[in-house]
Amino acid sequence: MQAEAVFFWIFSAVLVASALAVITARNPVHSVLFLILAFVNAAGLFLLMGAEFLAMILVVVYVGAVAVLFLFVVMLLDVDFAELKQGFVRYLPIGGLIALFVAGELGYVALDWSASPEPAAAASPVGGLSNTAALGRVLYTHYFYFFQAAGMILLTAMVGAIVLTLRHKPGVKRQNIAAQVARDPASSVELRKVASRAGL
Amino acid sequence: MVIGLTHYLTLAAILFTIGVAGIILNHKNIIVILMSVELILLAVNINLIAFSTHSGDLTGQVFALLVLTVAAAEAAIGLAVLVAYYRNRGSIAVDDINALKG
Amino acid sequence: MYDLIVFLPLLGFLIAGLFGRQIGSRASELVTTSLLGVSALLSWVAFFSVALGHEEQALIVPVANWLTSGKVVVAWALRIDMLTAVMLVVVGTVSFVVHLYSIGYMAEDPSRPRFFAFLSLFTFAMLMLVTADNLVQMFFGWEGVGLASYLLIGFWYERPSANAAAIKAFVVNRIGDFGFALGIFLLFALTGSVGLEQIFAAAPGMAGKTIHLWGIDWDALTIACLLLFMGAMGKSAQFLLHTWLPDAMEGPTPVSALIHAATMVTAGVFMVARLSPLFDLAPNALAVVTIVGATTAFFAATVGLVQNDIKRVIAYSTCSQLGYMFVGLGVGGYSLGIFHLFTHAFFKALLFLGAGSVIQAVHHEQDMRAMGGLRKEIPFTFWMMTIGTLALTGVGIPFTSIGFAGYVSKDAIIEASYASQGFGATYAFVCVTVAAGLTSFYSWRLVFMTFFGQRGDWAASLPAPAHGHANDDHAPDKHGHGAHAAHESPQVMLVPLAILAFGAVVAGVAFRYWFIGGGVEGFWKHALFVGAGNKILEDMEHVPALVSFLPTLMMLLGLAVAYYMYMVDRAAPKALADANPALYRFLLNKWYFDELYDFLFVRPAFRIGRAFWKGGDGAIIDGLGPDGVSARVLDVTRNVVRLQTGYVYHYAFAMLLGVALIATWYLFGGIR
Repeated sequence: MQAEAVFFWIFSAVLVASALAVITARNPVHSVLFLILAFVNAAGLFLLMGAEFLAMILVVVYVGAVAVLFLFVVMLLDVDFAELKQGFVRYLPIGGLIALFVAGELGYVALDWSASPEPAAAASPVGGLSNTAALGRVLYTHYFYFFQAAGMILLTAMVGAIVLTLRHKPGVKRQNIAAQVARDPASSVELRKVASRAGL
Repeated sequence: MVIGLTHYLTLAAILFTIGVAGIILNHKNIIVILMSVELILLAVNINLIAFSTHSGDLTGQVFALLVLTVAAAEAAIGLAVLVAYYRNRGSIAVDDINALKG
Repeated sequence: MYDLIVFLPLLGFLIAGLFGRQIGSRASELVTTSLLGVSALLSWVAFFSVALGHEEQALIVPVANWLTSGKVVVAWALRIDMLTAVMLVVVGTVSFVVHLYSIGYMAEDPSRPRFFAFLSLFTFAMLMLVTADNLVQMFFGWEGVGLASYLLIGFWYERPSANAAAIKAFVVNRIGDFGFALGIFLLFALTGSVGLEQIFAAAPGMAGKTIHLWGIDWDALTIACLLLFMGAMGKSAQFLLHTWLPDAMEGPTPVSALIHAATMVTAGVFMVARLSPLFDLAPNALAVVTIVGATTAFFAATVGLVQNDIKRVIAYSTCSQLGYMFVGLGVGGYSLGIFHLFTHAFFKALLFLGAGSVIQAVHHEQDMRAMGGLRKEIPFTFWMMTIGTLALTGVGIPFTSIGFAGYVSKDAIIEASYASQGFGATYAFVCVTVAAGLTSFYSWRLVFMTFFGQRGDWAASLPAPAHGHANDDHAPDKHGHGAHAAHESPQVMLVPLAILAFGAVVAGVAFRYWFIGGGVEGFWKHALFVGAGNKILEDMEHVPALVSFLPTLMMLLGLAVAYYMYMVDRAAPKALADANPALYRFLLNKWYFDELYDFLFVRPAFRIGRAFWKGGDGAIIDGLGPDGVSARVLDVTRNVVRLQTGYVYHYAFAMLLGVALIATWYLFGGIR
């Protein structure tokens, strides 16, 4: 139990600190890196709670794909971030106020929760199955439609991203598959009688 | 001490708050806004997992998985839009976008 | 028969009014006039049948049911007694004569069907009034004649002055009608009925009753009679509610003759006489009647002294004579008032129609100062007017009852006012005696200015030529202007004059015995109520000889002064006017009553109206309603639009706030 508590505090502290760093860092690359750190710590927390599949997925998808995507875009865009930091102080009071207000409400809910001090320990494998297997059991049967819908969403996102950003640079040679496939001998090959040593 | 449900909920609340603050404070910087949104979603995920563990019901984890999926998709699209915007305007100062002004 | 008398004019109105354009002007004239002729003939038949009959009580001819609502039961019914019969012949005869006359007078007017329709409508309403068996039906007739008066005064509606005069007549009448209505309500409250039989039966029982108003106990019957008299004041143009009568001369002359001389204005007199059972039990009310009548007689005569429009002089004369009638009623001599009404109808209508003939002869010039010497050019009209004037001024053989119509009836009233012991009778006696002299003066002044001397004798006092035809009472005339010789009117206009002149001569002598002499009881039977202490008809026979002679003396005095000023010394009128400019202007401007009323009532009313219109309707109702709502919508939208900044982060922020609020709501309100 004690180890669990220690790890929980470590992970939480780092998580919160890096989250704060994300929103206050001057350099956006630093922001992204701190975001990665936050995700990793969150994965750790998930592990503590016994959701190991999700912890790993968090690392793979969030850190491996999303955060990297952020990094690419940050490096792609040549932006003057200093100028964008303006207005930070001006909005600090109202922003802080709203944030504290929301936090207060959430806290009120959380603390009011008459929760029995059960250890949010690792859930024992249900029926001897690992977390992944148990998740799979549920996902592909009861929540199948959601699973398919999630797939469709990803498909849409992919297509959308391509549509938004794809552009054809002029002067770059590209293949036109349809034209290639539709070619017939009559229009592409012609037979010429060539006298020897004469050339075309 | 025993780490109970409340701890996780509180943590998620703090994270959520930080995400919201991030949106408000960095309103000019789209990339940071998107990252704050990710933080918010992360807070939601922590909540879901905590409840799932607490009640022994895997539904929470399934939901968290779906949230993850959607968050990824949304981040991708958001960044694609940002790139398209950048290509048109040459900067990512979103103060200029007020064509919706009524 | 009684149904026919009352409803034939209605039929005439419907035919000429609805189908006038189809059947044409000639047919409209003939139809209405003949129907009225039948009605007039039948009214004389009715007169003799009731007079010679032995019915002690009134004959009630039911017509139809009207309304029954709780305790209020009102039916259409005709009440025929001697009073009704007298009024029927007056209304029928004068109306028929006027219809006949109008065929000639209005011959060039394009809207003749409308005119004749309105004349018949008026006659119908007046007949309804006099045959009414209950107060509500009388009120119907009352309002009906007011309506017809409005329509006829404003007959030439393209003229703004005619429109204004019509509205003035209607509004001033309305004020009186308000009192009349209150009187009806009070009588209903006291007796539980509006039917005349029931009210008369209950009258003695109400003699001592009081009603409690504003902390004081008033005698109920007196209040009721005063309210009813207020209606009579309006309708009969008595002092204070008289302002409409001179302006009513904007209407065509036949209208003036019918409505504003013989019939409508006498409705007030009729009403008081009809309600004699009530009035005789309210001596205070009778005193008021006497005083008001006497004041009117005097006031109108003074104004008539200086008027220059021939019709206005006769109008003021009418007003004055109505005052005489009320004096007669007020001293308890109800039959005196009715008798004067009867004779007055003849000679006043004669004077008006004669004036119309004169006006037509001088090509629609109404200002007497442009006339003169017409005696030789239109002799028949001259003689008719002279007969009328002799009747009006009261020429007769002193100490006898032989004379022209006015002599008999007017002098009877003067004697009765002397003999009466009622409150205000002495005041009345003085007023009517002086007025007799003034009447004689202005009547002879009219005759001398119009018919004697030379044309243009008085032209020096005429206003500038630009106003010369301002008093035309006709569409642009085709004859050219006044310097041509006057021509006599056509036969169709002269015959009515002759009929009326006959009446003006003999009516007094022929009917005196029945109306106010020895045969009074046998004639009226119970139509006019005579209270136990009411001996006025006897008392007036026993007045001192000087008092009997006084009216004739005043008449001769007036004649002498008029003769001097308008025949002998033609510069005298102007000299007298110049010597007393303030008095002259005071009289010429009708004692400044129009200006006073304008200041007291008309302008404040307009101001209130404007306040309600601009302030109430415009600012408040429109402002809070349609205009206000639309303006607020614009305001609110303009402010709400400021939320649409176009910046996405603003929108995101708003969403965030929304989420926070929803969370708060559910947190503290709970999920229901």
